[in-house]
Amino acid sequence: MFSTDKSSLKDTDISNCDYKISLAGNPNVGKSTIFNELTGLRQHTGNWTGKTVEFARGSCKINDAEFCVTDLPGCYSLLSFSGEEVVTRECLTKNRNDCVVIVVDSGVIERNLSFALQVLSVQKNAVLCLNLCDEAEKNGIKIDCDELSLNLGIPVVRTCATGKKGIDELKQKIYEVCSGKIKCFSVNRNFEGIDILSEKNYEQNIEKLSQISKKISCACVKYEKTDLNRRTKKLDKILTSKVTGIPIMLAMLGVLFWITVTGANYPSEWLSCLFGFVKEKLYILFEILHAPDVVTGLLIDGVYTTLSWVVSVMLPPMAIFFPLFSLIEDSGYLPRIAFNLDKYFSRCGAHGKQSLSMAMGLGCNACGVTGCRIIESPKERLIAILTNNFMPCNGRFPTIIALLLMFFAGTAFTLSSSLEVAALLIGIIVFCVLITLLVSKLLSVTILKGEQSGFVLELPPYRKPQILKTIVRSLLDRTLFVLGRAVAVAAPAGAIIWILANVHISDVSILKYCTDFLDPFGRFIGVDGVIIMAFILGFPANETVIPIIIMSYMASGTLVYYSSYDQLFQLLSMNGWTITTAVCTIILCILHYPCSTTCLTIKKETGSLKWTLVSMALPTAMGIVLCMITAGIMRLF
Amino acid sequence: MKEKCSLDKLPIGITGIVDRVNCNENIKNRIFDFGIMENSLIVPLFSSPFGDPSAYLVKNAVVALRKNDCKDIIVTPV
Repeated sequence: MFSTDKSSLKDTDISNCDYKISLAGNPNVGKSTIFNELTGLRQHTGNWTGKTVEFARGSCKINDAEFCVTDLPGCYSLLSFSGEEVVTRECLTKNRNDCVVIVVDSGVIERNLSFALQVLSVQKNAVLCLNLCDEAEKNGIKIDCDELSLNLGIPVVRTCATGKKGIDELKQKIYEVCSGKIKCFSVNRNFEGIDILSEKNYEQNIEKLSQISKKISCACVKYEKTDLNRRTKKLDKILTSKVTGIPIMLAMLGVLFWITVTGANYPSEWLSCLFGFVKEKLYILFEILHAPDVVTGLLIDGVYTTLSWVVSVMLPPMAIFFPLFSLIEDSGYLPRIAFNLDKYFSRCGAHGKQSLSMAMGLGCNACGVTGCRIIESPKERLIAILTNNFMPCNGRFPTIIALLLMFFAGTAFTLSSSLEVAALLIGIIVFCVLITLLVSKLLSVTILKGEQSGFVLELPPYRKPQILKTIVRSLLDRTLFVLGRAVAVAAPAGAIIWILANVHISDVSILKYCTDFLDPFGRFIGVDGVIIMAFILGFPANETVIPIIIMSYMASGTLVYYSSYDQLFQLLSMNGWTITTAVCTIILCILHYPCSTTCLTIKKETGSLKWTLVSMALPTAMGIVLCMITAGIMRLF
Repeated sequence: MKEKCSLDKLPIGITGIVDRVNCNENIKNRIFDFGIMENSLIVPLFSSPFGDPSAYLVKNAVVALRKNDCKDIIVTPV
């Protein structure tokens, strides 16, 4: 999910720049927005705690000096000794920082000041950035910047939620602090007795800091209204109420899926028509060039077919789903989902914030696993990591949509069939969530026993997303991501599979040997050898599962040229696919080992081979058992 | 002065002054970080659809806490 430009990462080699600055602050105060404005990069932003869990680096030029900017993960205090906060503290205390930009939410200034004071006790040169000023003003919060600046001994700049406003002034102040034009002073920092790096006096330290920040905010902040954030309160009454909370959540999910399924169908068809057309032309071109059959086969039937599948079938649903999902993310609804569902997560020994990492898993399981860092306690975090793979990621999601469209909605695309698919998708997601909860419960009473830790989650005010910007940004990023992956993973995979399918040993292809070998087992669990083989070969990228299936069937003599779901459906039916096969394939699609990238991420995050293996074995075993049961039941009818 | 009670017993909309935070170590720090400590004000706002956790207003921010943790936070209603 992080789209920091690789090239600019190289450019910002620390030794190259004149000054080094960092952005620090509580979570969800808009650090990433400020970072993007400063550097011109496009770090993803969202209205929820923990959106950024890794640092991002960028550079910017102010006047004629080159600045290296680091966006630190948000944290509530430097005094705590948990997860991402350690990273932030280390970065602030051990690395050289010419200036730290302390970003604070103007609406929650008193609590934010406590963090600012902590930063100031380890870092002399800093600028306070009063972000979300527009929002605070609307709520009748008046902040006296000059007074605040005097109290803290550092320059104070106002900025607003969408960036832009105040950024130039912020840049100027950063420059002046770094170049020594402005001297930060510590006259009023009467908390020098505090050694924030000692764990011992934590309670006294934080209480003292809290008193100081209260005193400062009394002197600098005026509250003109007593009823804050009325819109948020009203919305929360509806979105988290006993009666409407859960139905609205499901309805939103349903609408999201329905728009995705309906909207993706048309571009999907256009793209596959286009690819089909180009394919024919390519055949002709290769003929004119007198290319050997091997080259034609490898490049067109292997690489090109896989590429076109990934682009035409995978791209449209993702290009629609993610911009919409980003809108929900920006609005601040995600933490409410965690809030609504926490009771059940808590009963299963898990953490409500797991629903946030699950939501990230819908995009990419590797991101979801990294996102589990927002869960502080090790036990609950491990549960979240091990179960993240139960959420179908964007490599598997379109496969499920395609199978649902072909086998459950009829190939004619109508309003009722799209509604049916949307309803089935909700069913599948609910199933995934239930599996996640079930496995979390199992883990927490067996191998991950231990005392439950607490749950503290901030619910940010609802914010109106910047609709156009979010959609365009997310669309472009997603498109580039899918295209990049298609080239990097799907193309070589296509070549390998074509070779497997076309290198013959005594008249039988290697692929056929493998699929024949796997066939009895495949049949036993309701699928066939080709499907099992496809999941095995799909380990590097789940996107390639369906193209592998298609190629295996086509190589085995059934020459069907597919360009639409209709023809694909025929190809599959001809190879003995029934409803049972489709159901079992969907089950296997959800329940099998994570892709290679996710496995590596799990290894990195848990630091243990054992847990990585558990995370692979658990879903695979469940998938096989569940398919066996499904196939068994279906055979009865 | 009204009688002290634990935070989960404080009715919705009634402001309480935090008297003591008795939570166990691993959550205590986090609760302090959010500004819930001796003498700070806290107001219960609403509970989630299944009754737990509940949302509280502390220092102008909305924070969700589980009932289980609230039992260890003693408040005096105002």
